[in-house]
Amino acid sequence: MQDVNQFKPKIVAFCCNWCSYAGADLAGTNRLQYPADVKIIRVPCSCRVNPMFILRAFQRGADGVILCGCHPGDCHYTTGNYYARRRMTLLFSMLDYLGIEKQRTRVEWVSAAEGAKFAATMNEFVAAVTQLGPNKRLEDLRCKN
Amino acid sequence: MQELMLAKAKELLQNGTVNRVLGWQAGEFVYDITPAVFESEQDLDAGFVYNEFCGNNLSKYLIKESRKEGKVLAFLKPCDTYSFNQLIKEHRIIRENVYVIGVPCEGKTDGETLKSKGVKGILGAKSEGDELIIDTLYGEQRLSKRDALTARCLTCKSKKHVVYDELLGEEGEEVPENHRFEEVEKLEAMTPDERFAFWRGELSRCIRCNACRNVCPACSCEKCVFDNPASGISQKAAADSFEENMFHIIRAFHVAGRCTDCGECSRVCPQNIPLHLLNRKFIKDIDAFYGEYQAGEDTESRAPLTNFTYDDVEPSIVYKGGKK
Amino acid sequence: MKKLPVSKIQELFAAIRAQQTLYIPTDDASGQARYLPWQEGMELTHALNTVRSAKDFFFPQTENLVEFKLKGKEIEIIDSRTEQDDFVIFGVRACDARSFTILDKVFLIDPIDTYYKNRREHGTVVTLACTQPEETCFCTTFGIDPADPEGDAACWIAGDSLYLKARTEKGEKLLSALDNLLADADEGEIAAQQKATRDIAQKLPFAKLNLAGFNGENLNKLFDSKKWPELSEACLGCGTCTFVCPTCQCYDIRDFDTGHGVKRFRCWDSCMYSDFTLMAHGNSRNSQVERFRQRFMHKLVYFPANNEGEYGCVGCGRCLAKCPISMNIVKVAKALEGEVQ
Repeated sequence: MQDVNQFKPKIVAFCCNWCSYAGADLAGTNRLQYPADVKIIRVPCSCRVNPMFILRAFQRGADGVILCGCHPGDCHYTTGNYYARRRMTLLFSMLDYLGIEKQRTRVEWVSAAEGAKFAATMNEFVAAVTQLGPNKRLEDLRCKN
Repeated sequence: MQELMLAKAKELLQNGTVNRVLGWQAGEFVYDITPAVFESEQDLDAGFVYNEFCGNNLSKYLIKESRKEGKVLAFLKPCDTYSFNQLIKEHRIIRENVYVIGVPCEGKTDGETLKSKGVKGILGAKSEGDELIIDTLYGEQRLSKRDALTARCLTCKSKKHVVYDELLGEEGEEVPENHRFEEVEKLEAMTPDERFAFWRGELSRCIRCNACRNVCPACSCEKCVFDNPASGISQKAAADSFEENMFHIIRAFHVAGRCTDCGECSRVCPQNIPLHLLNRKFIKDIDAFYGEYQAGEDTESRAPLTNFTYDDVEPSIVYKGGKK
Repeated sequence: MKKLPVSKIQELFAAIRAQQTLYIPTDDASGQARYLPWQEGMELTHALNTVRSAKDFFFPQTENLVEFKLKGKEIEIIDSRTEQDDFVIFGVRACDARSFTILDKVFLIDPIDTYYKNRREHGTVVTLACTQPEETCFCTTFGIDPADPEGDAACWIAGDSLYLKARTEKGEKLLSALDNLLADADEGEIAAQQKATRDIAQKLPFAKLNLAGFNGENLNKLFDSKKWPELSEACLGCGTCTFVCPTCQCYDIRDFDTGHGVKRFRCWDSCMYSDFTLMAHGNSRNSQVERFRQRFMHKLVYFPANNEGEYGCVGCGRCLAKCPISMNIVKVAKALEGEVQ
């Protein structure tokens, strides 16, 4: 039996349409398990993700945010994920600088063939965020009650 | 210097090179100087001023000014020229319509800085050697010029102009030993809890006046996302800590790689929030991750965030650590 | 009039705090003067005035008005107001004390703003006379005496003593509760200090600032002045002047969508912002010149025209100190002088 009081983190996963979303699909069709609290948002490309999206996800109650895209070199639009890589590196570094737990954000490259990697990544990320506990530092109190 | 600039401005107005002059206008006291456009010699004689209180970065005004009829003369300090160059790079200023005269800068002071040093009731000030003699309601006070410098000038990166059509006075040197990342390093050395407490203390004072954004030469969008009510942003409500974090992270992020570190954001903040520490963090990270880059140094190179290499560091460098 | 030794001021604060929340202007961690709830050991700031004005106490920057919650097809309406506890603000300067009178004229006329009224009723204002005005001060222009401030009770620090005088019933009540700390004093004891302050006030750069002619009769002349574009040219359109101003009282009402309901709040607005007066048809003021003009016309012309000549300014000097480009009400008034005199 699972403890009902146990903290179950809400995770927002931005997945690029061409690789990672298909990877998630593959994880599903292979019946690989990952927590149901991972909410996937499909985006055309990892570089579609504006830093504001990440912050908004935290505002609206996410405890962790992960961005998944094609492996560098494999972007459907050739170079999108290279830009995303730079943006996210700087954004995450800034969040860390403001004292927000750096384990709450992550970028992983997951191809359409990597269903197993997708499930493993999510399991690992959920475990890491569970350990951190609820997001307090980037929450919006107005959304709580 | 002021005399030299006045003479030059008049000469260029007379010979028709320019039809107006962008400079600084004297105010009611010695320190309350307003950027202004002068259209005639009479205007210039009536109010043009250049002294240690002329801190405003005039570059941003050129976005608008360079789109008007005729050519405008702009007096730019070394750090202003970086902003100017950056705006040229972003095609925001029409270069042909601006005649840039570089003017030297020995570092600036302002009313707020003097007051923070305990000077009350400032009536006037004059410089004498290394000292600033301040006439106040409560008697005369002396301050060494170094002590009177604003925080941003203490970490000046360069006294050399990166662009000009003509130079007045001696060209300065770059200042390689500027220690401008020291404060950032201090914060980085803290624990996340300490950093969080520090930034909450600072950002919770924000009153959302938008002065930092509006003064920033890099913030030149026609319509800011924070002015769009449809974007779901509580632009004016300092209601929640989230909004403060959001605004300041995004403001700094939007100018990352374009910020020349002119320090106007911190200068104008009515609540004295050290906003430059956010911008400098991005500058420092960009230098560390993607190689040294100074925005505004040139007008051709690609900005760090519109560029990439195949072997850039992975974002995991932040949450896992590793080579920088 | 009562007095107590300045050395015992902490005891006075403790005695007030024992009854109700006490706010004093103090230096915060960053060295800025602001009002904070008094705790043991907290001292008064040496700065003349706080960076933000005292209007926050009655008209906070953001205030929740009402909440809506969705339950199926029902909408539950929740009054999010909490009953205000009594509080004392100590050390309000004469200019800020006058600003409350001006805000009252906006919020306490029909229809009465009950949110404001609630806070106003629970607050006791204890003012503190100035001794060292700054060069940016021009309160005397508006008939304010920095040496004799208004408020529920007024204080003077002269020599080694703090003098207190109740001016209203609320002030009487506060002082009578502190009676065991206070000794009787004579008004004459502060006369010398008051004179000294008034003498300085006479010598301030703006002591002779003349606002004659800034009234409803000259409305069109001032509105049509050719000076506005030039004055507003450098304006950044930020909200600094309006947000540090003790008398600016414009606000916006907005809904925050929490995902499962709505929180309706009001927050300070600024006539300098591009979405101020934005309506369904668009905006009636589309340029910064118009917005800039609105701010000063409101303070110097519209407000006195509607309020028996009382200007919407108290001369606290905050906008003079804080404007990023140093454009302010004094410069505007001086530039427009010629239009009306």
